[in-house]
Amino acid sequence: MTKLKINGEIHTIDVDPDMPLLWAIRDIIGFTGTKFGCGKGFCGACMVLMDGKAVNSCQLPVSSVGENELITVEGQTENLQLLQKSWEEHNVPQCGFCQSGQLITATALLNGNSNPSEEDINNAMVRNICRCGTYPRIKKAINHSVELKNKG
Amino acid sequence: MKDVKNVSRRSFLKGLGLASGGLIIASGTTLFVACEPKDIVEFNPNLFVQLNSDGNLILVASRSEMGQGVRTSLTSVIADEMEADWDRVSIKQAVGDAKYGDQNTDGSKSVRLLFEEMRKIGAATKAVLITAAAKKWEVPASELRAENHFVIDNNGKKIGFGDLVEIAKTLEVPKDVQLKDPKDFKYIGKYLPSKDVANLSNGSAVFGLDKRVDNMKFAAIKRCPVAFGTVKSYDKTAALKVKGVIDVVEIPMLRKPFGPLGGVAVVATNTWAAFKGKEALKVEWDLGDNNAYDSEEYMKQLTANVHKKGKVAKTVGDVEGAFKKASKTIESTYQLPHLVHAPMEVPNAVVWVQGNTCEVWAPTQEPQRTRTEVSAFLETGEENVTVNVTFLGGGFGRKSKPDYIVEAAAVSKAIKAPVQVVWTREDDIQHGYYHTVAAQYMKGGLDKDGKVTGWLHRFALPSIASTFAPGTVDPAPFESASATNVPFEIPNMQVETGEAPAHVRIGWLRSVINIPHGFAINVFADELANEAGVDPLEFRLNLIGSDRIEETKNEYKYDTARLKHVLKQAAKNADWGKKLPEGHAMGLAVHYSFLSYVASVVEVSVINNKVKVHNIHSVIDCGLAVNKNTITAQMEGAAIFGMSLAFYGKITAKNGAIEQTNFGDYQMLRMPQAPKIYVEIVENNEKPTGVGEPGVPVIAPAIVNAIFKATGNRYRTLPLKDHKLV
Repeated sequence: MTKLKINGEIHTIDVDPDMPLLWAIRDIIGFTGTKFGCGKGFCGACMVLMDGKAVNSCQLPVSSVGENELITVEGQTENLQLLQKSWEEHNVPQCGFCQSGQLITATALLNGNSNPSEEDINNAMVRNICRCGTYPRIKKAINHSVELKNKG
Repeated sequence: MKDVKNVSRRSFLKGLGLASGGLIIASGTTLFVACEPKDIVEFNPNLFVQLNSDGNLILVASRSEMGQGVRTSLTSVIADEMEADWDRVSIKQAVGDAKYGDQNTDGSKSVRLLFEEMRKIGAATKAVLITAAAKKWEVPASELRAENHFVIDNNGKKIGFGDLVEIAKTLEVPKDVQLKDPKDFKYIGKYLPSKDVANLSNGSAVFGLDKRVDNMKFAAIKRCPVAFGTVKSYDKTAALKVKGVIDVVEIPMLRKPFGPLGGVAVVATNTWAAFKGKEALKVEWDLGDNNAYDSEEYMKQLTANVHKKGKVAKTVGDVEGAFKKASKTIESTYQLPHLVHAPMEVPNAVVWVQGNTCEVWAPTQEPQRTRTEVSAFLETGEENVTVNVTFLGGGFGRKSKPDYIVEAAAVSKAIKAPVQVVWTREDDIQHGYYHTVAAQYMKGGLDKDGKVTGWLHRFALPSIASTFAPGTVDPAPFESASATNVPFEIPNMQVETGEAPAHVRIGWLRSVINIPHGFAINVFADELANEAGVDPLEFRLNLIGSDRIEETKNEYKYDTARLKHVLKQAAKNADWGKKLPEGHAMGLAVHYSFLSYVASVVEVSVINNKVKVHNIHSVIDCGLAVNKNTITAQMEGAAIFGMSLAFYGKITAKNGAIEQTNFGDYQMLRMPQAPKIYVEIVENNEKPTGVGEPGVPVIAPAIVNAIFKATGNRYRTLPLKDHKLV
């Protein structure tokens, strides 16, 4: 049995310890906001927060998560909600499929850096592919969130 | 349906704080709407409108949402003509059914084809509501008007749309209705945000991949590495040993445009087990005729075919004579590789076959074709097949082809349970419907004044028609059109085509044939400008020549003045000709596709032999701009899409098998490379035309032209990665 703490709740699941966290979250526990994009850690669609940092859940066996706290796009954490609001205000999503991963990576960025430069944003967000090409709006929305944060 | 929540009236009212209610969009599935029949009276004046007596308005989107914002664009047109309050509108996705008219979401034509119809539907609904109020108040309808979800009389007396439902239900919906004056549009022509933006930002939108049905299994399919190869034998022992794997079943190949490739499916209790089981599965293949396909060798063959005379697709004047008389002729050959769509959401589908009925939940651009193909496969009537359209995590043409849905029908039928077939990313890259591979030869003649007197364009590329009629070696008429309708005022022109047999499935990919033609035409025009010693902008405007309407076979006239206008605007916005930092330069391209006019000016730098795109100024004239938010987003996205193919896009085949595997070797543009993108939408009241695709074809040639300006090096093949520029 594996215990996973996701979005503040403990889930006990019986899976192969090698199962990537992504599939445990999606197929076993049932949070489908976290997406499968490539299965190889290239695209970032599967990002979740592990102790506040963005990790590719498709590359992380459930056995290696341990007691670390996980937050998915459905979860609650200050920077995530702030970014989601900015995403709406700037009409970021096109198809929206990659946006969970984009939001998680951006949340981790703001968790570790309250005033990221353009280079910081690029360096963080390089892990996520958006095939629709929403990069300019993602960047604007992150900057908008930073402004709101610094104002508040 | 499992995901439609039955919410008690009390908890629903409490949740929304409304005076009366009964309708909710089930959490997590904004595509499905559930109704509680008690108290609420529905008025359905037509297939696309449901007005409830509580005032809630449900509008039906018949086209698939894949990021182009079509759900919002189409329904906002109804709401505008109806004078509805946009905040009271929720959107319901239509199932695949011919009663909705054509639902094929491709070709950048949803808004173009449905705009007038949606307007009329909205206007007719408004008219019937006004008649209902007139009846209730016993006044002439001419004294009443509709505004923001109310009908109002001249004294300001108001009644809500919802309160008119009971009477409206008894009335006939008028056929001939007065449409609004465009100057009174409230939503049309504005920057209207997508209705779906919140759900697409919080993980609750349900894509095909997110669909769950009770007792649903997951399946992955091993397919032959060579297109149309077949299963000789397979050994399922190792696959069945994987924890979670339940079954292994063979899937038939249906040699139809959208039939499955065939293979062996591994069925499991979760996706990962299915993937692992697929890896463990041993299959022996009969590789078939395409076994020898080598894309490098094939390019040599295509190139040879354009270096000799081809079949004439268009001829004006005497191009050979013009070349003889020219004071200078130049020739260039362009080679562009196969591409694959790679939408972020891989092909996938949930299908549940029960006896002779079947329900599908899938991210599909073509729900009616899906219905036809699935019912044909199951040998049952279409009326027995329900196709629910989920959100699409990107489409780009890939999800027009329902092969992956028929696969799921085959697996569900075999295991007698609902199943979700999920492609791996490797499957997506290696078993797609590929964008064509193209060789193009161009020859131009200039007179002593630098004027172009002759233009020859020869191309050879495997046709999309080969997917429908195997063995086809010549392009379909629409694949010649973007070369033959080149709007240059040149007295002697000829377009020729060479033969090109297909060895993989050829499909349409965002902007289709306009990618190769837009590239060759725009780069060659730049080469001619350079040869003539004239600034590329001035040269191109002269080439387009006089203001005129070119002959077309439809109601949309090809207007060279509009083409020149977008080019001039793009150049103006980019400040064409301004002094740039060392190593920087601008390049331009202009192209007409999907009935829209687009020009882009890009600024690049090439420093230490590495190219960086700094700015892109794009201008689109798509007639009346129905939703400027969506149009701007599509043009931004098209610029990134165009940059991805320019920088990285290349699919190759060896021994018949695709060599690329995943985003590691089929790369995409990422945020650090994304330039600043500026979009201008030309204001006019012409009929709306295409938006999703026409922004793509100009990007690669504009970049190549800018690189030439910066370095003097002319790159006639893509991607730029092969030239070590990225």
